[in-house]
Amino acid sequence: MAEATMRIFRGEGETGKHVDYVVPLVPGMVVLDAVHSVQAHQAPDLAVRWNCKAGKCGSCSAEVNGRPRLMCKTRMDDLPLDQPVTISPLKTFPLIKDLATDVSWNYRVNKKIPPFQPRPGVEWKMYQRDVDRVQEFRKCIECFLCQDVCHVLRDHGKKDDFGGPRFFVRTASLEMHPLDGADRVPLLKKTLGIGFCNITKCCTEVCPEEIHITDNAIIPLKERVVDEFYDPLAKLWRKIRGAKTA
Amino acid sequence: MAQTATPTPNSIASMPEMRRPRTERHDAWWLENWPFVIVFSIFAVYATWRAVWPHEATLYWSDPYLSPFYSPLIDPQHHWLPRLISPAILILWGPLGFRMTCYYYRKAYYRGYFADPAACAVSEKGHKRYCGETSFPFILQNVHRYFFYVAVFFLVVLWYDAIRAFFFPNGVGLGVGTVIMLVNVVLLTGYTFGCHAWRHLTGGGLDCFSCTASAQARHKLWQGVTRLNEHHMFWAWVSMISVGLTDLYIRLLAAGMLKDIRLL
Ligand code: SF4
Ligand code: SF4
Ligand code: FES
Ligand code: FES
Repeated sequence: MAEATMRIFRGEGETGKHVDYVVPLVPGMVVLDAVHSVQAHQAPDLAVRWNCKAGKCGSCSAEVNGRPRLMCKTRMDDLPLDQPVTISPLKTFPLIKDLATDVSWNYRVNKKIPPFQPRPGVEWKMYQRDVDRVQEFRKCIECFLCQDVCHVLRDHGKKDDFGGPRFFVRTASLEMHPLDGADRVPLLKKTLGIGFCNITKCCTEVCPEEIHITDNAIIPLKERVVDEFYDPLAKLWRKIRGAKTA
Repeated sequence: MAQTATPTPNSIASMPEMRRPRTERHDAWWLENWPFVIVFSIFAVYATWRAVWPHEATLYWSDPYLSPFYSPLIDPQHHWLPRLISPAILILWGPLGFRMTCYYYRKAYYRGYFADPAACAVSEKGHKRYCGETSFPFILQNVHRYFFYVAVFFLVVLWYDAIRAFFFPNGVGLGVGTVIMLVNVVLLTGYTFGCHAWRHLTGGGLDCFSCTASAQARHKLWQGVTRLNEHHMFWAWVSMISVGLTDLYIRLLAAGMLKDIRLL
């Protein structure tokens, strides 16, 4: 029977190392199946998060051969099996145990974003064309793969100054909502630090929901920040229009 | 699932305690940036040579073709322009600024030249202080939309040049140069009007596309721009190559190293 070597990170807190496990290959197998096989037969204490096995809950995020992926959406036959398959926990977040990391920082960032606030006196009617953009962002499954791969968090450790791509997606879904009335642009510039993003698109590359994070959320939001903070003509135009409306 | 082969715990490959290597990627990630770095560097060296080398400043025109590097043509006889400054230097800041602040080029050169990051999930050892686009000089990227306005001006001029390329000294016609100039300006138009800043100005800045008649019209325009924008990288590449080759063709004609073929 064909076999594959799974080189899985084992460790807790501050220490750990990769350990090799040989598993039999089954047709249609995904990486999560292989990890479950290890858990069932060789390492019952292996910590791994999962829920749906269908790419919808966002729990099984890990780094497979160095690439942030959902383990349940990564087929074994898409990987080079002549060498061990390396599986590591998300690098950007503190390790709990083995493949499980503590992603709670993300929930704290989320709390900083004002939720949906309907414009006063708004008519509760929307057309499809008005919600198309927002619907793309609503596909997010909060797997945090984009947060993991983003070099601003991963390498530069800017967790205090930068919200990360997942939260630009969320802010975009609120800012571009046709019925919402809140202004989150100052928050984007100051608290979420959108200027730290240098639009190098790794978040878009890893998103399992294929959200065009950079092109459809981050860049349009950066342009809104330019409108409010960096474009003197736009400022003037707003003043003139404000004067007219008054 | 069947019982597995013998477990081999602890058999491997020591990873020093919690120190992760630069990357665990198995693929050839270091190759990703080379196409951009090579082509863009060739373009940059070529454009600089064409703009600053004194002899080159005489090879911009072969009736009825004007090189895009020298258009609009300003004081080629150097009546007031110092000899050291070629007419190309006077204008190239516009298209250059447009490309250097373009969201696609930014991605490409941050990755390719600054290794920031070199590739996804590859760590940037040694980059201590990172400010992204929050401080000088990269905060200046926020002026991109102003370079877009400048680029539209240049585009109008290049369309004029392309149309003028039909008018030969002996009457209306069509040469290989005409076709080249026309293709070039079409590619530049595709690049310019797929710009993210333009996408924002047309409709991206609106929250409601249905609320007013003007918002509905802007939504249509935004959809068109979005279609171009989805392939912005493609347009950025082909237009950069075409503008370089158009200049090269006209330069070779001007230097007498090539003869234009009249098609009609
Ligand atoms: S595009 Fe911006 S947010 Fe996305 S990974 Fe790159 S730096 Fe991070
Ligand atoms: S935007 Fe994509 S990658 Fe980021 S958390 Fe949501 S689904 Fe995951
Ligand atoms: S287990 Fe739910 S996304 Fe993988
Ligand atoms: S984003 Fe590329 S030209 Fe504006």
